[in-house]
Amino acid sequence: MSKSRGRFGIHGGQYIPETLMNAVIELEEAYNHYKEDPEFNRELTALLNEYAGRPSRLYFAEKLTRELGGAKIYLKREDLNHTGAHKINNVLGQALLAKKMGKTRLIAETGAGQHGVATATAAALMDMECVVFMGEEDTRRQALNVYRMRLLGATVIPVTTGTATLKDAVNECMREWTRRIDDTHYCLGSVMGPHPFPTIVRDFQAVISREIKAQILEKEGRLPDAVLACVGGGSNAIGSFYHFIEDKEVRLIGCEAAGRGADTFETAATMNVGRVGIFHGMKSYFCQDEYGQIAPVYSISAGLDYPGVGPEHAWLHDIGRAEYVPVTDDEAVNAFEYLSRTEGIIPAIESAHAVAYAQKLAPQMRKDQILVITISGRGDKDCAAIARYRGEDLHE
Amino acid sequence: MSNIAKAFDHGKAFIPFITCGDPDLETTAAAVRAAVENGADLVELGIPFSDPSAEGPVIQAASLRALTGGVTTDKIFDLVRDLRRDVTVPMVFMTYANVVFSYGAERFIRTCQEIGIDGLILPDIPYEEKEEFLEICHQYGVDLVSLIAPTSQNRIASIAQEAEGFIYIVSSLGVTGTRSEITTDLGSIVAVIRENTKIPCAVGFGISNPQQARQMAEVSDGAIVGSAIMKIIGEYGREAPAHVGKYVRAMSDALK
Repeated sequence: MSKSRGRFGIHGGQYIPETLMNAVIELEEAYNHYKEDPEFNRELTALLNEYAGRPSRLYFAEKLTRELGGAKIYLKREDLNHTGAHKINNVLGQALLAKKMGKTRLIAETGAGQHGVATATAAALMDMECVVFMGEEDTRRQALNVYRMRLLGATVIPVTTGTATLKDAVNECMREWTRRIDDTHYCLGSVMGPHPFPTIVRDFQAVISREIKAQILEKEGRLPDAVLACVGGGSNAIGSFYHFIEDKEVRLIGCEAAGRGADTFETAATMNVGRVGIFHGMKSYFCQDEYGQIAPVYSISAGLDYPGVGPEHAWLHDIGRAEYVPVTDDEAVNAFEYLSRTEGIIPAIESAHAVAYAQKLAPQMRKDQILVITISGRGDKDCAAIARYRGEDLHE
Repeated sequence: MSNIAKAFDHGKAFIPFITCGDPDLETTAAAVRAAVENGADLVELGIPFSDPSAEGPVIQAASLRALTGGVTTDKIFDLVRDLRRDVTVPMVFMTYANVVFSYGAERFIRTCQEIGIDGLILPDIPYEEKEEFLEICHQYGVDLVSLIAPTSQNRIASIAQEAEGFIYIVSSLGVTGTRSEITTDLGSIVAVIRENTKIPCAVGFGISNPQQARQMAEVSDGAIVGSAIMKIIGEYGREAPAHVGKYVRAMSDALK
């Protein structure tokens, strides 16, 4: 496998049609050039700070800490970023890169709609055309985000193929990219897909752990004992983990969406139920049947409703550096409500998966230990769906 | 020499693609036999995949119908065993990497050899990733077919030098499916291929009528047609084999 690029252990690689190969090679070359370019980095930092509102706060959740009665809990407030989630970190980086490469059009897949909204936002800011592919099922679950994208000037294309969710939106993006490659950059939203995407997206999201590290050293004078984040494709999680990977004393815990339970068919807990496979340009873990057909997955969270996981997570799992735990719909919805009432912070239903596991973990930890939870996004977009889950007939 | 070369022995090759199991395997078997009786020189058998990201709507729909009907890789192996009782033209599988990887690449490719499959086309395995499958293919005498696209440019020479069986030239940007016209400068792509290898090359993606097939075969060694055939099968279902035979006859005659 000497020619293969972008490996994380056995995972990663570039399993894509020949039509796309020169585009990803060109992207890798451009990225390697610009990531060292002081002017590019100045522009990106200015966008992140002045436009997106970074650095995001590392907030000591005193009430939550007291109620759970164990570790000191800090919340990394990615929900406070412009557009309401961590997705903007990656999108500003990729859009700026695409612009430097002379591309005039961005395409993106979206599940919950947060990545689509972020891409539409960057496209508006940078005068680029934007087309977002979103599973039809998700356009219903996240109608507000569809409106936001259109408001920002993007075209939203509902995807009706397959299960009409996130994986199908990715399929449609890949098809669109093979159709129109010259002027178009595929602004992939997670640490997945063919190399160099898992690396590029990770580098742009690594700002999260870079900040957590500096902030916790400032506040506590030491590193945290555990960092928790939700994992779908895994971009906010890898961003939260990255600068701690070498700090072996910091536990890294990814919270997967177990849907109705990791022992049921209605789950998206890839690391817990999946097998190694090749899909969407990468080798990694995937939910699939015995013949390699990709399994329909389920989670209440449109953003975690994905049958695979990023290759770097698969590798961190293989070497035992990070743990991946399943969290059910019920647990996540309870955590969504719990954090809202306890701290006055409504988390995205995705992020609520990490909060749910913290509710179990924190009480088992000592009071002098420190737990950081990344709140990857805010939960306004989820209110109607959670109300419906609780039997309230609330429609947007 | 690989069996695949035989398909190109007597002039330009006509290569039909058929998704196995749409609407059922009996229809697939009859359609393959009808294609062969009417001049198909090589048959591409599609093993359906749940998420065929290189396919347009027609083959996506065919794959979905086949999977919904309960077809599996093992049942398709049985189909080939049955076909090989009388079908002698070269046959290759076209599927996605995960279908092979998940079955166990060695177990899959060893079975290909046992049942008489001559080659493997995996659209999501580019040049950089082929070694993982190539060594096993060599061990069992199955050709791993390389694809070249309109965007391949400086990659054409390296791909061609290491290519086996035949080279699959993707006619134009985008996914599979019929197109009203193909504007790629295929002549200059073929010229670079010819400088680097002696193995034949055939053009696929977007070809649906005899005139297009003739045009493609003029610049290369053959024409591959998938969506147009799966459209016939989608339309006529179990009655499709006779229509497929008639279509293949017209296409094949156009190339001779």
